[in-house]
Amino acid sequence: MIEVTAGWYLSLAAVLFSIGLLGILVRRNALIMFMCVELMLNAVNLTFVAAGRALGNLEGQVAVFFVLVVAAAEVVVGLAIIVAIFRRRESASVDELASLRG
Amino acid sequence: MTDAIWLVIALPLAGAVFLHFFGRRLGEPLAGIIGTLSVAASFAVGFAAALPFIVEEGAHGETVMLWEWMPAIGANLEIAWDSLAAVMTLIITGVGTLIHVFSIGYMHGDERFARFFTYLNLFIASMLTLVLGGNFAMVFMGWELVGLCSYLLISFWYTKPSAAAAGKKAFIVNRIGDFGFMIGLMLVFTNFGTLAFDGVFERVPEILDEGTATAIGLLFLVGAAGKSAQIPLYVWLPDAMEGPTPVSALIHAATMVTAGVYLVARTAPIFEAGPNAGLVVAIVGALTALWAASIAIAQSDIKKVLAYSTVSQLGYMFIAVGLGGYIAGIFHLMTHAFFKALLFLGSGSVIHGMHDEQDMNKMGGLLKKMPVTGITMGVATLAIAGIPPLAGFWSKDEILGVAFEYGGVGIVLWVIGLVTALITAFYMTRQWFMVFTGEPRWDKGVEPHESPRSMTVPLVVLAVLTVGAGFLNTPFRLTLEHFLEPSFELVKVAHPPEGWGMFALLAAISVGAGFAGMAMAGFVYSRPREIWERFQQGFGRLWEAWAAAYRVDDIYGATLVTPGRKLSERLAFTFDAGGIDGLVNGVGRAVRSVGTRTRVLQTGLVRNYGVGFVAGLLAVVIWLVVAGGGV
Amino acid sequence: MGDTMLTALILVPVVAAVIVMLLPANRKELALPVGFGLSFIPLAIAGYLFFHFETGVAGYQYTQKAVWYEAWGISWNLGVDGISLGLVALSVILVPIALAASTNITDRTKEFVVFTLLLEAGLIGSFLALDLFLFFVFFEAVLVPMYFIIGIWGSERRIYAALKFFIFTAFGSAFLLASIVALSVLHNQQFGAPSFDLRDLMSLDLSLSQSRWLFAGFGIAFAIKVPVFPLHTWLPDAHVQAPTAGSVLLAGVMLKLGTYGLLRFNLNLFPQAAVDAVPIIATLAVIGIIYGAIVAIVQPDLKKLVAYSSVSHLGFIVLGTAALTSAGFQGAVIQNVNHGLTTGALFLLVGMIYERRHTKQIADFGGLAKVMPIFAGLFLFTAFASIGLPGLNGFVGEFLVLIGSYSSIPGFAAVAAFGVILAAIYLLWAYERVFTGVPDKPENQKLVDLTPREIGLMVPLVVLMIVLGLYPKILLDRTAASTEALLDRVEQATTYEVPEPGRLADVFAGITEGDE
Repeated sequence: MIEVTAGWYLSLAAVLFSIGLLGILVRRNALIMFMCVELMLNAVNLTFVAAGRALGNLEGQVAVFFVLVVAAAEVVVGLAIIVAIFRRRESASVDELASLRG
Repeated sequence: MTDAIWLVIALPLAGAVFLHFFGRRLGEPLAGIIGTLSVAASFAVGFAAALPFIVEEGAHGETVMLWEWMPAIGANLEIAWDSLAAVMTLIITGVGTLIHVFSIGYMHGDERFARFFTYLNLFIASMLTLVLGGNFAMVFMGWELVGLCSYLLISFWYTKPSAAAAGKKAFIVNRIGDFGFMIGLMLVFTNFGTLAFDGVFERVPEILDEGTATAIGLLFLVGAAGKSAQIPLYVWLPDAMEGPTPVSALIHAATMVTAGVYLVARTAPIFEAGPNAGLVVAIVGALTALWAASIAIAQSDIKKVLAYSTVSQLGYMFIAVGLGGYIAGIFHLMTHAFFKALLFLGSGSVIHGMHDEQDMNKMGGLLKKMPVTGITMGVATLAIAGIPPLAGFWSKDEILGVAFEYGGVGIVLWVIGLVTALITAFYMTRQWFMVFTGEPRWDKGVEPHESPRSMTVPLVVLAVLTVGAGFLNTPFRLTLEHFLEPSFELVKVAHPPEGWGMFALLAAISVGAGFAGMAMAGFVYSRPREIWERFQQGFGRLWEAWAAAYRVDDIYGATLVTPGRKLSERLAFTFDAGGIDGLVNGVGRAVRSVGTRTRVLQTGLVRNYGVGFVAGLLAVVIWLVVAGGGV
Repeated sequence: MGDTMLTALILVPVVAAVIVMLLPANRKELALPVGFGLSFIPLAIAGYLFFHFETGVAGYQYTQKAVWYEAWGISWNLGVDGISLGLVALSVILVPIALAASTNITDRTKEFVVFTLLLEAGLIGSFLALDLFLFFVFFEAVLVPMYFIIGIWGSERRIYAALKFFIFTAFGSAFLLASIVALSVLHNQQFGAPSFDLRDLMSLDLSLSQSRWLFAGFGIAFAIKVPVFPLHTWLPDAHVQAPTAGSVLLAGVMLKLGTYGLLRFNLNLFPQAAVDAVPIIATLAVIGIIYGAIVAIVQPDLKKLVAYSSVSHLGFIVLGTAALTSAGFQGAVIQNVNHGLTTGALFLLVGMIYERRHTKQIADFGGLAKVMPIFAGLFLFTAFASIGLPGLNGFVGEFLVLIGSYSSIPGFAAVAAFGVILAAIYLLWAYERVFTGVPDKPENQKLVDLTPREIGLMVPLVVLMIVLGLYPKILLDRTAASTEALLDRVEQATTYEVPEPGRLADVFAGITEGDE
């Protein structure tokens, strides 16, 4: 039986995080990018929980709660924005959303 | 009575306030009568309060505190009532009353009749503040307030640009003098820790060294030269003639311009501690006397002659007070107030009768038409020329005697005084003959007439005073001297030489000078116009220089006013707007240009930002791995 | 009642602002009268405060202290003394006048009234705060309403002016904030707990270089606010563009935040640095006095002229502060109030003529005394008060400053006295060009004289100018103890000794000696 140590969890988190990061860098669809962000956030959550368990204290889990709340808030705002943009532009491609160009 | 002394100031002030709000409704002549009565009442109170000094010889003054003003510097509103203040008060309110009466006639028909009396009353109150103030700050307050009234009254006819400009000029030139006065006050405060007369004069010998006393004296001289129109600040006074003539008589002859003389007399202990300052005062006075007299020779404007004559006579007073002859100076101040007020009012009467004509070349032969004016002005002319036994003779002679007795530089001043006396007699006689005798040279349509009673009565009263006032202080009977002595206890007052022989000799010389001047002028100007025009042309360019007042105004304009304005423009539009503000805006522009260049970094593409983000992340990771995080 | 008075004084304008804000949108004509009426409440409170103020007491009165954030040592800490009392009174007097002068503001009236009332709260709060953090909050809070007042209701270049005003002041505030935080940190190091309380911070033991740096930090913020040459260029722009009420409050009260700050904070907190900096401050003050006046002479715009005259007059206040003598301090405190009254009045008058002619250019006028005699009379009166005519208020402060500074820094005082000549030149020349002569331009011939409302605006100011000119004791009595205490503070904390006769005590000694 292989023992599932903290390293496993951390590796999984790193993989998830990398996938998320890559997704943000290469995809143009705002919705997909958004999901990638969620992926990264959850990777971090995983790290927190794993580290908390490994170190034997609760702070990691507390941090996760914060992240969850912030992520939820972010989803609410972010999705609303994306939907609003989609209604207006008929597209969710971030490359077309460059009106903040200096 | 001394307790009620505040009424002396309060009455004319109340008159001014009342007339300011209700004068227009009261109309003519009621507003004028109220204005006159308030000053007359002030005179009555002043006279009653002065009685103790007359009755009881050597009576001391006292200080009446009204209320605290700036106690931190020993400056309160308080009245120092002594014999000097009493003399000044009586001159101011006495002559003031007469001039108010005169103005009722003179200002007849002016649309701002009531306003004129408001200002006149305010002036009387201010002037009394000046002479009654018990500390330097209050004197300074009066000093500035009379300047304000002078400004208001010179530019009374403000729709005339020249009048407005003259008022402004008077105030600003006076301010230049005040600058010196203020610094003098600062020096006084720094040395004595108070500005109250009580705390200053008695302690002068123990506190002031000669250098400081001289410095204070010279700074006061700057102030006095401004107010009393001495070199180099006299230029405002001739212009001040733009005001109505009663104003010229009251402010620019009888009272305000003598403030400088009063100041030197009041601060006598300081000048005694720094005698060189006094000497400078006397020298400035002598130079001014001669300088202004020479200009007066060639003036053709009837009021300009009198203006320069006033400057010149003030110079006499400066000689006296500068050399320590305080009583002689105050004496001349008094007699001058009478005869010069008379001359100005007389000229006002002439101008009035000639339908606002001031050019003497267009007068002549007025004696028949205006006998009262002519005769009273004749009396004043004799007085200013120093013909005994008129008032001018006694006071001028006393000043010359003081100068002579001083010796050394005093002799020079005495000679200058004599020459001035001769010139004075000349130009005054010239004026009288040009105006009152000879063929009429009036413009068409001008029909001269004698002025109404309200104008001639003050002339007659002043003429009586001009004849009689001299007897207040003759070598035979020194009434004024004894009256004023208690006010000058702290100092040694200079006197003319003792002895009848010397008196007779000096008097003979100065009377001789006066007669010589009169004779010369009479000889020339009693004859037809061609003769005296030829006489004047005989002087060539000198006469032109006199007539143009040595072009001092132009010189000041070219050396001070124009460069000053240029500097101001340079500072305002080049240095301030361009330089400092340009720098400020330059900083703004620099920030903006940096922004413009760096804004291209903001592509607006999320992926670009993402790449930057990851690159940063990698950099941090590499740094952690390679350098161990600096730990 | 006693200890909540000051809080009430700050909160009442805020409440008034809320009330005005809640007025129904379709009744916007109500905003101005309601705001005007409500602004009398602070006036009444401050009046009570003023006349019940105990004279001869040096410390703060009506103090109130409530902990705000204990961990950082911040508290709601208010108090008034002789130095701030006059400024508080000035604020509550000028606000109703400024509101009543704003009947020409028809666009977004409600917002205007709200901003003005908030401005009042901020100004009063700044003068009353004894906690540096609280002071900073108010000091900054003042900026916002003023920014909008200039930016919304100003003239053509209002945005530029408002932005310049804001950035200038905010630039100074950055230094102020850093210095305040630094003080608190130092307090933490020395006493184990941070504090922003002015009185706590006065007991800090600062090294010379610390105190100099912090002095400079505070100094820059206040110098910009005053403004001290060469940081003054925001002022003319702000004034020219601001609406009348804005100018009145800006010149009348807001600039005093700078002079007040110098007196209250720079001298109290860093006495040694202040003593060392006297030559620099005095030099800048004197340059301001002369330079402001010279530049004012040729200004073609009446409002700009008055703005530059402010630079000159405020130089006197700074000079009095730098004098470090009784008379100098008293003069500075008094001049704070006097300048507010006279310059406020001048701006009101310029506003009145601007409403009629829609121009402030001197060249567009001429001969106005003929058609508007009351206006001309009031203008001349105010001009002379501003010139410093004895008997009117302007003189008292200026004279005390000059006399006071001559004892300690005679050279500077002598040069500054030159300013009195220049003041006469710029104001009388302007008067001559605007009011005298014959009104030859047709637009000027039809002008109507002041309405009763406009005269009513000027009456309280004129009365105050006369009263404070002849009986400044009302103010001097209340300031004397505080200025003496400040002088004591400077003397005790440094090697500086007030030169004779720079102290009140010397003066009275002088008088008694003289009587003997």
